[in-house]
Amino acid sequence: MTMHEDALLRASSQGGWDRRTLLKTFGAGAVAMAGIPLLSACTGGSAAGSGAKTATFGSGSSDEVPKAAYKAVTDAFEKKSGVKITTNVVAHNDFQNKINTYLQGSPDDAFTWFAGYRMQYYAGKGLLAPIDDVWEKVGGNFSDALKKASTGADGKMYLIPNYNYPWGFFYRKSLWAAKGYAVPTTFDELKALCTKMKADGLIPIEFADKDGWPAMGTFDYLNMRLNGYQFHMDLTAHKESWDQKKVSDVFDTWKALLPYQNPNALGMTWQDSAKSLADKKSGMYLLGSFLTQQYTDKAVADDIDFFPFPEVAVEGRDSIEAPIDGLLLSKKGGQNQSARDFLAYVGTPEGQDVYASVDSSNIATAKGTDTSKFTPLNKKLAEAISGAKNISQFFDRDALPAMANNVMIPALQTFIKDGTVDVKNLEAQAKSLYAAQ
Amino acid sequence: MSVSTNPSARGRKAVAAPARRVRRLSRRDKVVLGMMVGIPTLIQLVLVWIPTLMSVGLSFARWNGLELTDIKPAGAENYQFVAHDYPPFWPAVQHNVLWLAFLALVATPLGLLLAVLLDQNIRGTRIYQSIFFAPVMLSLALIGIIWQLFYNRDSGLLNFLLGTAGTPQAVDWFGDSGVNIWAALFAATWRHAGYVMILYLAGLKGVDPTLREAAQIDGASATQTFFRVIFPAMRPVNVIIIVITVIESLRAFDIVYVINRGTNGLELISALVIQNLVGEGQVIGIGSALAVILLVISLIPITFYLSRAFGKDKEA
Repeated sequence: MTMHEDALLRASSQGGWDRRTLLKTFGAGAVAMAGIPLLSACTGGSAAGSGAKTATFGSGSSDEVPKAAYKAVTDAFEKKSGVKITTNVVAHNDFQNKINTYLQGSPDDAFTWFAGYRMQYYAGKGLLAPIDDVWEKVGGNFSDALKKASTGADGKMYLIPNYNYPWGFFYRKSLWAAKGYAVPTTFDELKALCTKMKADGLIPIEFADKDGWPAMGTFDYLNMRLNGYQFHMDLTAHKESWDQKKVSDVFDTWKALLPYQNPNALGMTWQDSAKSLADKKSGMYLLGSFLTQQYTDKAVADDIDFFPFPEVAVEGRDSIEAPIDGLLLSKKGGQNQSARDFLAYVGTPEGQDVYASVDSSNIATAKGTDTSKFTPLNKKLAEAISGAKNISQFFDRDALPAMANNVMIPALQTFIKDGTVDVKNLEAQAKSLYAAQ
Repeated sequence: MSVSTNPSARGRKAVAAPARRVRRLSRRDKVVLGMMVGIPTLIQLVLVWIPTLMSVGLSFARWNGLELTDIKPAGAENYQFVAHDYPPFWPAVQHNVLWLAFLALVATPLGLLLAVLLDQNIRGTRIYQSIFFAPVMLSLALIGIIWQLFYNRDSGLLNFLLGTAGTPQAVDWFGDSGVNIWAALFAATWRHAGYVMILYLAGLKGVDPTLREAAQIDGASATQTFFRVIFPAMRPVNVIIIVITVIESLRAFDIVYVINRGTNGLELISALVIQNLVGEGQVIGIGSALAVILLVISLIPITFYLSRAFGKDKEA
């Protein structure tokens, strides 16, 4: 049995290698090869099943603050349980891009990943270990929406959520107070506010889409507010066709907002837009709460406030887009009780407090975490999440990655440019791509 | 006696035989030669031919990149998808053609011009050479930063010089899909001209000076001397330059990638290959089909020029 599995693993990792070599032929070698040494460096074995209490932990959180935060978590866990955790940190783009090869090679026991389709996909392929036993221990710490997001297509639990960050409108309180703007709760109010802002010489809605993905936030929210959370999930899983009125309605509704969004969006990154909002050139900005990391000037950071995407047609403001990051167990890691204990620890308020003590830009997911150090904005963000009935993961996490990257990005950029979209073609592409998986 | 002579005779023969074999190939020579031919062939096979053939194979299949048993035959579906359903494909082909035309008509002649000027032994020629060649050696990240400083809409040098920075009239060099391809081509020229210049400088140094003298004695003007005598004499370099120009325009990738990953008006086939083969949006079948299309397109001009170049050498 094990020999058979080994042969399979070797065969498939061989396949991965050939693919990469093939890319090299077409001058893509440099890009393709970049991740290999890093990933092969982090394939340290674990003492699965043996008496020694060790576990390996693969982390894609390579930025300084999250990296230090995870280090604090593993240190605290080591101290508490006596289990030795070996952490392998990989640059996050490489980690994400090489996840296929990583999971088929010799992955770490536990690793960082996110909720959504991509988790369910690997779970469905049998590359992850279900952790229902861990959820029995710590499940009470999480809301139903988080539980739903951590469940695989087979109904088993796979993810321990660590933190998430909501998407919504951010604005400068002082600007709004000076101009007398009020937070809109319906789409009509939002449009009325936009008209007023435009008359005041502002760009009503800040917008950036040079990188392609930020526009998905607008699409997701309009889709959920028009057609509901379940439709968003079914559309991204391609259980619903793209070639239908419900989808064209989303774009038609968006067309009403387009004149109010920054017309130079296609040449801007979200960092450019963040600056524009800080400079009070624009009225509000629909983005994830990571936006606030951009404001190192405390005077600006304290002046930022948040409101959820207004109600449009259905379900009020029940759904929120708040991508969840957390930990998974690889198939191999499933045999290591210490790795399960580690995940359980991350699922406790205690473990999440340790993380949040270093990285405060995200919102811890477990109930009972220490909120005393929260800024008023953080409190508001946390309330928005805990009050939500449904949590979506953002289009590129809920949908097939090829659909998000290869189809939606060009389609949305064309829509921003011309105001047109070909839903028939979207459906044709979706059909091909989902079939290839 | 006979016993003693025989071995010596045999010995002489034994000495003579290896001597004759040395003139052909000794065993060691054979091993060395075998390795010299075999190892590069093997490397070529493993790194170039086998992957190429596999890529051709995969372009007729569907595969999620996980287990080998998941590979499903798909016929020509991937090619149909690329040609009919994949909106960025045809713009990418057009951009590649534009790229080739621009490099061939602007960048390469510019490189030649620079080479001819710098070949005149003007003062500080070494410094100029280094300056013009520097872009070829810069890393991707650095190129990205340099052009960002230059083209940025609100704070870039170019809009500042045009006096439009910070106004609504400012040209969005990267974001406006009608403009950004030209911005990218300008950046590509900046690199390509330096490359061509160095090659032509070497070529010019290699031209026999007596040719120039002879042409001058025959009363040819400087222009005539260059175009009728010097330029044709550099034929080997010219062939290399043509091939390089074609290849560079087909694999043009880095500049559009640092601008916006080859979307929104900057689609190129190579960028689409990367998008489909590397990273999260991986669709191996479609990526392979795109790669094969790129390969076939590249083979046409390269085979044509190489066979012409080497065919003529044989005749002469």
